[in-house]
Amino acid sequence: MPPKSFEVKPKLDESGASIGELLEISMGPHHPSTHGVFRMDVVLDGEKVVKLKPVCGYLHRNHEKIGENISYLASMPYTDRLDYFCSMTNNWAYALTIEKLAGLAVPERAEYIRVIMAELTRLQNHTSLIGFFVHDMGALGTPLMYAFREREKILDLFEEVSGARMMCNYMRFGGVRVDVNDEWIARTKQLVANYGRFLDEFETFLNQNEILLARTQGVSPLTKEQAVNASLTGPLLRAAGVNYDVRKVDKYGIYSRFDFKVPLGEHGDLYDRYMMRVLEMRESIKILNQALRDIPAGPVMDPKAKLRGFRPKPGEVYGRIESPKGELGFYIISDGGPNPYRYRVRPPSFINITILEDMCLGHRVADVIVILGSVDIVLGEVDRCQPI
Amino acid sequence: MVSWVPDKKLETLEQIKLRIESALPLTKLDILPNECPAGERSLVVDAGRGLAVAKFLRDDAQLKLDYCSNVTGIDWPEAKIKTKVKKKMLVEGVEKEVEEIVETLRSGHLEVVYHLYSMELKHGPIVLRMRTANRTDQTHLPSLTPVWRGAEFQEREIYDLYGVIFDGHPDLRRILMWDEFVGFPMRRDYVEPDDFEYEPTPHDEVLVEAKKHYPVEAKAEVKPEVKA
Repeated sequence: MPPKSFEVKPKLDESGASIGELLEISMGPHHPSTHGVFRMDVVLDGEKVVKLKPVCGYLHRNHEKIGENISYLASMPYTDRLDYFCSMTNNWAYALTIEKLAGLAVPERAEYIRVIMAELTRLQNHTSLIGFFVHDMGALGTPLMYAFREREKILDLFEEVSGARMMCNYMRFGGVRVDVNDEWIARTKQLVANYGRFLDEFETFLNQNEILLARTQGVSPLTKEQAVNASLTGPLLRAAGVNYDVRKVDKYGIYSRFDFKVPLGEHGDLYDRYMMRVLEMRESIKILNQALRDIPAGPVMDPKAKLRGFRPKPGEVYGRIESPKGELGFYIISDGGPNPYRYRVRPPSFINITILEDMCLGHRVADVIVILGSVDIVLGEVDRCQPI
Repeated sequence: MVSWVPDKKLETLEQIKLRIESALPLTKLDILPNECPAGERSLVVDAGRGLAVAKFLRDDAQLKLDYCSNVTGIDWPEAKIKTKVKKKMLVEGVEKEVEEIVETLRSGHLEVVYHLYSMELKHGPIVLRMRTANRTDQTHLPSLTPVWRGAEFQEREIYDLYGVIFDGHPDLRRILMWDEFVGFPMRRDYVEPDDFEYEPTPHDEVLVEAKKHYPVEAKAEVKPEVKA
């Protein structure tokens, strides 16, 4: 049966007597504020949320089953489609996992390129997220267009090097697909040098904005214990004050070489989550400056890496990176054949909505939209879809 | 350079196993080897003791595995496993080492894997596995959602795609497939139906209802196509 758009239910007190009415509404799935095809079953007491159940799976096309039936390399372009904002980091997480499984080494230059790509991805993801976030609060259009203007510049860089704006399919097991040239590096340096100015401008408009403060401060605070127990990751977790960044903890790639800080929030409310993105972008700019300065010359693919007919030895492995949305992990079991026996994605945005209900309880229905916006979900990742 | 760094802060799996077995009597753990050198070996826990072991791992002062990162299911259908065993045999009077292929039967089961980290002490992962008795009627496992809330949606997903029933889960429903879906698509032997999209629509019901209003001879003409 298709879900009813709304339903009126009696509100009962402890003894079971009726003391009013509750309204059950179905927010979504076709609603622009749900960032895709996503539905929330919300029960409202007046304007207050008393119950909320996320409903997802509208885009589900069983990414993992497809991954088990195709070769290791063939899954690489499919990972782009998970979180289509951050295809570079998705590629990296998958490549890192397979490198761990097969014991492949990555050349120095490729490691630098990977860091540059990942941090550019973080910049454009956080920028557009802030655009969407204030859009959800009612600042229609303008801030989002400012954000998209900057995002498009980064996507141009991606397009130049990989051939696609969003579906980059750029990394390979043991390196990256093509090298970047000096002109590209010069352009990236230029972009990074200007990015701080854009952020200054953005912050001037938003940080002290009266509406933004009223809508975000003190809304939906999360405690450290709640955040850790619910496996929250990424900026959401750090906004609650937990110092956990996979870049610092695992030191994958060459992140141990860069000097950067992990910003932490105090209250875990929406304002902290917004600030966390701004501060992380500042740190990303620091990393980018160091990486673009230090990038060495050399090959970008391990000469021993085999792409066609790749059959890793049997075993299982879990690899993870800090994607802009949180911890993105891949769990692969190899049985020695050309396909993985088990191919699993740990999608950060899917797991981050586990406590969406707790975040929204007691808040108004208008806040639900903003809270969902602050979680930063992408439905391709929540539903594990496979757009062609 | 190799792009991953092994974790050396954590005590070995054997030490953890001994400590769990001494703290929780009647618990028997197995260590599952991992042929991949960079991968982690895992602790296999008896389904009945799963919850107690999970609580121990979370609350123990040395481990403090407060963060359940990844939960996933694996389907192992019944299969014949061929392993090579080296044997010494007398061949024409001379003792030689001969490889012999031994076939063992693996009983079918479903497996659930938890990757646990500590956010406080920043170590991990410890891999915890639980297995069901078979793939058909005894697919119950204890839910670890009461210990780690983060497992809630992932366990729902495993129930949805593999058919593992988690006892003690607060809200065990399908999450990715629709509620009326039959079968568990991530199982190795799952066969797709011919028509995925078919479901009885209101339209078919209307046609059946409409039959009542036609005279008897006209009924033969109205044949709604309702599939079984």
